[in-house]
Amino acid sequence: MSTNGNGTILTVKDLRTYFNTEDGVVKAVDGISFDLKKGETLGIVGESGSGKSVTNLSVMRLIPEPPGKIVNGDIIFNGIDVRALSIDEVRKIRGKRIAMIFQDPMTSLNPFLKISTQLMEVTKLHLGHSKAEAREHAIKMLETVGIPDAESRVDGYPHEFSGGMRQRVMIAMALSCDPELLIADEPTTALDVTIQAQILELIKSLKSRMGTSVILITHDLGVVAGMTDKIIVMYAGKVFEQAPTGELFSTPANPYTKGLLRSVPDPAHEQGAPLYQIPGLPPDVARLPPGCPFAERCDRAEDICTREYPPFVQINEHHHSLCHFAEEVYAESQQERAVSTV
Amino acid sequence: MDTNGSNNLITLEDLQVYYRIAGGILADDKIVKAVDGVSLDIKRGETLGLVGESGCGKSTLGKAILRLTEPTAGKVFFKGNDLAHLPQKAMREHRRHLQMIFQDPYSSLNPRMNVGQIIAEPIRTFGLTYGESIESMVGDLMETVGLSRRFLTRYPHEFSGGQRQRIGIARALAVDPEFIVADEPISALDVSIQAQIMNLMEKLQAEKNLTYLFISHDLRAIRHLSDRVAVMYLGRIVELASGKNIYDDPLMPYTKALISAVPVPDPAIEATRERIILQGDVPSPINPPTGCHFHTRCVYAIEECKQIVPQLVEIKPLHRAACIRINSEHPHIEQNAEAGMRAIGK
Repeated sequence: MSTNGNGTILTVKDLRTYFNTEDGVVKAVDGISFDLKKGETLGIVGESGSGKSVTNLSVMRLIPEPPGKIVNGDIIFNGIDVRALSIDEVRKIRGKRIAMIFQDPMTSLNPFLKISTQLMEVTKLHLGHSKAEAREHAIKMLETVGIPDAESRVDGYPHEFSGGMRQRVMIAMALSCDPELLIADEPTTALDVTIQAQILELIKSLKSRMGTSVILITHDLGVVAGMTDKIIVMYAGKVFEQAPTGELFSTPANPYTKGLLRSVPDPAHEQGAPLYQIPGLPPDVARLPPGCPFAERCDRAEDICTREYPPFVQINEHHHSLCHFAEEVYAESQQERAVSTV
Repeated sequence: MDTNGSNNLITLEDLQVYYRIAGGILADDKIVKAVDGVSLDIKRGETLGLVGESGCGKSTLGKAILRLTEPTAGKVFFKGNDLAHLPQKAMREHRRHLQMIFQDPYSSLNPRMNVGQIIAEPIRTFGLTYGESIESMVGDLMETVGLSRRFLTRYPHEFSGGQRQRIGIARALAVDPEFIVADEPISALDVSIQAQIMNLMEKLQAEKNLTYLFISHDLRAIRHLSDRVAVMYLGRIVELASGKNIYDDPLMPYTKALISAVPVPDPAIEATRERIILQGDVPSPINPPTGCHFHTRCVYAIEECKQIVPQLVEIKPLHRAACIRINSEHPHIEQNAEAGMRAIGK
């Protein structure tokens, strides 16, 4: 079985990626499934160590092995079983059909090479461009991502660009081969808000122009709210909630999601009242308790939560929540929603 | 002797911090005006939020108040004493009352000292107590910031980022300060931990009547914690008002853009609101634009903006802004631009 029908370009099914460490097996990603359609944007939200980056490194087959290993799951990209590919075959897809941009544009660009060299390398390799073609294409891409005076700046070195401009160069490089899927891992976290707004706007407009599907990984709920069609919330390697964006924000069915949403300061509210806080710390993923990994921080946990691992409850066709009380939490959110809109 | 008899704890007068950058064999040295003539009052017991993009000089300003960076010119009054011109030895006496919490809880704690030693260091330095009572004092401080005193002998690497930030706060509190500069104290932390640290800071402020200068690029956090907010751009304060006024009625085009750039965690709002996207980057502070530093990115910039340096003046009650296209009779730049009014302010 290696097809994705009806416009789906990526199917991930029950993916599990584990790492062997001195502390034992770390289940960095422990059962995540999703479909991504052409032109769709999926947001993956989580705190550090939640497994959001490992999910995407797994899709790109970039997990260092050992210590890491994809122990289970299907990754089907446009009918191709990515897990079954040889390393050479993966390289033909990576950078060409699936591209990635990372958080820190300074460390993902080679400081010793001109921007032109780094941009041309991609299209020479994947599209068989000649030197002249590659250079022309590089300049065109820099113009596409809004770098002024691209013709002369193409021969600059990374340190001659500001943080926002470097991220634009990374996006130009990622989009050079017109990929079907763009994975953006915290693309704006290192940038100032005004520059973040520029970069998000750029990704949005490029996406609608080129029809690229996007996976956007971030810890910032504000960023996913305006950018995505659907969202996966991860915690301790598990999918805690999965829903269309509007529904996740309006009627969350998981106490962790609700806690995250409530702990973001709302500028509209008067200052003075203490902020809602999720108590405690994220758990050590190498030593997870038997029950729900969030139980000891959860304000509505009961005995069962520390004893038994929670079910992944289906709320409706597209909405799932990992919680013993998912239905109740969902009903509460609906009520709160009804009250707040009256 | 209080400088002006009011409840100001800190008063800055035309504070400047300039850095000289060596120009090489042929070029002249260049001057970076990291802080370019800042005058501000910080009231006793308040939180003054200082917001701006990277490189705007907000951290330098915080450090200059504590003399962790030497001011080039200007005055820093703390309870009537001008700290900027005190000899180092006299300055040491005041350091006790002025503390700092740093952004990076990883690099601001000595990895070779255990938590007990880290928190005890300022207590020993200032000789606040001796012998065994140091340990009990350190234990109390740890509990104040929400850490178990059992962790006394542990080392920084054994803690998470949020716990390390608590250690940094306990160290700052050890000398019972009056004023704390908190320089991006939550930026390196996870979302669920940020709320904990903000609540802790508010609790401590209420208990100990602390005064904070809260430096951050995170406008949501600034709004939540601050009584008043100062917006900084390339070394200058460009707007100063209560947190509510800054958000509900920003006057400076820069402040408007800054607030509009913050994504809102609500898809319904995100889908409909018009965002002001600033063009370009923050200009280099080595050679900042003439006149109003912001004119290169401002949609309302006119010829005069390139020549006149705008003064920070009161436009509305308790609301100051530095823009020549607005004044107290005509505070809204959009309307003024529409009406064809040009330079009407200072």
